[in-house]
Amino acid sequence: MYQMYNSSNDKGVGGLQTGLPQNRDGFSPQQIDLGRYLFFDPVLSIDGSISCASCHQPDKGFSDGLAISKGVKGKPVHRSAPSIWNSAFIDKFFWDAKSNTLEDQMQGPLYSENEMGNNPINLLQTLNKLENYQALFLEAFPEKEDEEISLNEIYTALTAFECSLISLNSPYDQYAHGYHDALNEQEIEGMNIFRSFVARCSECHTPPLFTNQQLAVIGTPEPKGRPFDKGAEVPTGDKTLRGSFKVPSLRNIALTAPYEHSGVFDNLYDATEFYTKGRGHAVPDSIDLIVHWHIWEPQLSVYEIERIVDFLHTLTDESFKPQIPQAVPSGLNLEI
Amino acid sequence: MKRLKKLLGAFLLVLIGIGIGKFILGNKPKQVLGPTFFESGSSGITSNGEPTKIKDGARYEVKDGESIQAAVAKANQGDVILVYPGTYSETVYIDKDNIRVHGVIENGERPTLNGNKQLNDAFLYSGNGITIENFKIIDYKGNGIMGQAGNNFIIKNNLIINTGVYGIFPQYGKNGLIELNVLSGIEDAAIYVGMCDNIDVRINEVFESVAGIEIENSRHCLVEYNYVHDNAGGLLAFITPGLPIKTCDDVIFRGNYVLNNNHKNFAIPGSVVSKIPSGTGILVLAADNVVIEDNFIIGNKCFGIAITDLENGGMKFSTDGGLDPYPDNASILDNYMANNGYNPSGAIAKLTKVAMLDKLDIGFIGGGSNHCILNPGRYVTLGLGSFAQCEATSTKAVKTYMLPNPVPPKDVSQMKKGKMAYYGICAGCHSYNNIIVGPSVADIQMIYRDNPEGIVEYITNPIHKRQDFPEMPPQTHLPEDIKMAVAEYLLKVTK
Ligand code: HEC
Ligand code: HEC
Ligand code: HEC
Repeated sequence: MYQMYNSSNDKGVGGLQTGLPQNRDGFSPQQIDLGRYLFFDPVLSIDGSISCASCHQPDKGFSDGLAISKGVKGKPVHRSAPSIWNSAFIDKFFWDAKSNTLEDQMQGPLYSENEMGNNPINLLQTLNKLENYQALFLEAFPEKEDEEISLNEIYTALTAFECSLISLNSPYDQYAHGYHDALNEQEIEGMNIFRSFVARCSECHTPPLFTNQQLAVIGTPEPKGRPFDKGAEVPTGDKTLRGSFKVPSLRNIALTAPYEHSGVFDNLYDATEFYTKGRGHAVPDSIDLIVHWHIWEPQLSVYEIERIVDFLHTLTDESFKPQIPQAVPSGLNLEI
Repeated sequence: MKRLKKLLGAFLLVLIGIGIGKFILGNKPKQVLGPTFFESGSSGITSNGEPTKIKDGARYEVKDGESIQAAVAKANQGDVILVYPGTYSETVYIDKDNIRVHGVIENGERPTLNGNKQLNDAFLYSGNGITIENFKIIDYKGNGIMGQAGNNFIIKNNLIINTGVYGIFPQYGKNGLIELNVLSGIEDAAIYVGMCDNIDVRINEVFESVAGIEIENSRHCLVEYNYVHDNAGGLLAFITPGLPIKTCDDVIFRGNYVLNNNHKNFAIPGSVVSKIPSGTGILVLAADNVVIEDNFIIGNKCFGIAITDLENGGMKFSTDGGLDPYPDNASILDNYMANNGYNPSGAIAKLTKVAMLDKLDIGFIGGGSNHCILNPGRYVTLGLGSFAQCEATSTKAVKTYMLPNPVPPKDVSQMKKGKMAYYGICAGCHSYNNIIVGPSVADIQMIYRDNPEGIVEYITNPIHKRQDFPEMPPQTHLPEDIKMAVAEYLLKVTK
């Protein structure tokens, strides 16, 4: 529906009736379906124990309900699993924005030792041994010349599936398209607080995707006992980006607790209240951060925070939630 | 005798006065909408590409004690809301197109929106073609008037005092006019044009605020004939990093009075403008193609005009790889400048001391290239060695940066609308051959062959027909034309 609107700046950021940013599409249904199988199939991990869906569960907004995700053999991953709804419109991946494409992004979990622990050679050998997959890849990539499954085909299929996860028909969207009864009074009040210049949420979580796709230093705390996370300073080597993270989309946010890169807040009230507790209040004294100028002391009341939370609940839409396959082509146990 | 004559004269005057008064009171003129900039011309400003039909629209009257929002809720495209003098304490949000909220000024008294320092914003709009005029807005915490992605707006003749962070703040808007407003007591910029295009800011008075008028990450803005005095900083053209729109380009500061902007900087700590030194006349920070022409720039104690880059601007920002941090192609044409920079602070103080200057009209500090100036000898300057002589002498040819025609809505065909609604909404529950949640499209096509009206009727008010299916939620949220489009599309789906 957002295709009915312009984005006068072509960036897909603005107000209620602003067009979306550029998206990835053009995948065939066969590719999407193959991607779906791969996504749910633990055969992608080194020991057949976990799939992408173990950490990105459809019923949890494609997150996993954990502060810190767990990889093969229960090894902890250093951050919380974000939702992957609407990835088709996103141009930076990971909390520290270190990747610019889905194809590149997925090589992180696939090959990192504490996530799926696999390596390209083993992955190809495993899949190429499975007749089911050979057939599915042939259907998805009919023009392919040799029989062997290639890495790029795997990446393309998973990307195709991720790009099919579109969530743009929430009650909020119906309001935005002009059906003003879609939100109740309290939710509208929350929306007005959210977009006001006191709370300033929409300055960073800008509609229609509820992210402006920028990096920002907001200074969320780490859970007790965990070290400070330097965020985008690590991939960029730029000290001014210390502690900066990608502004996450808030679509389906009610489903993806706990929140922040570290999973430090387990509910939306706390995640919202954070913004009113003072600029840099949670930053350790020993750490020098250039906190974003929109982070200030808006003095939101309990009532206002509750209304914002009401509003955040209106961003839920799972109408394109994919079916979990009954069985996966590898024949492995489908464990989520 | 003389005295008597005097008395008589006075008496007569009083009589005449009463007579006139009576005349006025007795024939109270019927309320007519003041002319707006656009009505006088042939092209009105609307978002549907047609001339404004304000005169055909319905009128809603709001009187003291009533709610402006309630009128907005009732209003449709093209309607006018007349708000009579009185005090209104509310946040008015307008998520519709082409609504004109018009304060009725009676005997010099405007309707007042009072936030009592409790409410966030007075006006919030996201619609296109919004006009807000003739209000007095006081004591809000966020903004006086904030626009989010509304194009083709007019904000005119408002008195805005002490409304928090910004007075007038259109964001992500294209084609708008901010004219004849008076603003003071604002903690950041009184008028802040953020990430916009094609905006005219004309004939406003801004004073006793941290910044007068700020053009930030915006393109094609004309700022002219404004009276900008007693702020901490007068006129600003800025690129601020970390925002999704990364350029600030083509800004004309013309014919403004930029006087004595020496107010204490009372900005919120951490905000961008908190770093502006008190005594700033005009500051160009990283913005490109800024023209400064025909301004009176007098008595600003830190400097008259400074052009600088992000690093030297004294603002501490995180790096933004997507932007160019250097200002290029500034043109300083003829301006009247006097008595600027007599009591500088911060980095400027150090620089002027080294250069042994006791005044500073114009300074260029840091990187950026291709700047020019006319008659530099008239001013006290610093660092203008690289400036060329400007070839152009005037921007007179530019009458406005607003667009000749309003930004039209996107032109989408009926077929495409239907397709969008089908894939955006229906396909979550209906597929061509399979049963997802609702019956298959193939089945629906059999029931409703050549009968899109039937589908429209059903989806507006679905009847529960199938025991083994859940109920279908009504699609009343879709506008009529979309319902028809999707019904027609549904009948054509083939896979
Ligand atoms: C062990 C848990 C785990 C597994 C398995 C896993 N992920 Fe993730 N995923 C995460 C975590 C944690 C992050 C965030 C990591 C970070 O930002 O440093 C993440 C980030 C992402 C993102 C970036 C989202 C964004 O907007 O930044 C995408 C996309 C994604 N994963 C897709 C996948 C795919 C596809 C697979 C399977 C090939 C997969 N993940 C497997 C835990 C997992
Ligand atoms: C300066 C930009 C900025 C502003 C303003 C801002 N946010 Fe955020 N928000 C972020 C960033 C960056 C993160 C990720 C931080 C992290 O992981 O440490 C985030 C995270 C969140 C999260 C958790 C998301 C998740 O997937 O875990 C929620 C919820 C949230 N913000 C809500 C809000 C609300 C409500 C407001 C207004 C009161 C707001 N934000 C204002 C930048 C901003
Ligand atoms: C949330 C799921 C859902 C969505 C979204 C949905 N439908 Fe349905 N639809 C259903 C269900 C369930 C039924 C069967 C209801 C019954 O028979 O009781 C149905 C039935 C129908 C029928 C059959 C009526 C008849 O006379 O048998 C039509 C036509 C229809 N839908 C059109 C649409 C259109 C057009 C859209 C998109 C604008 C749409 N639906 C969106 C769930 C949905």
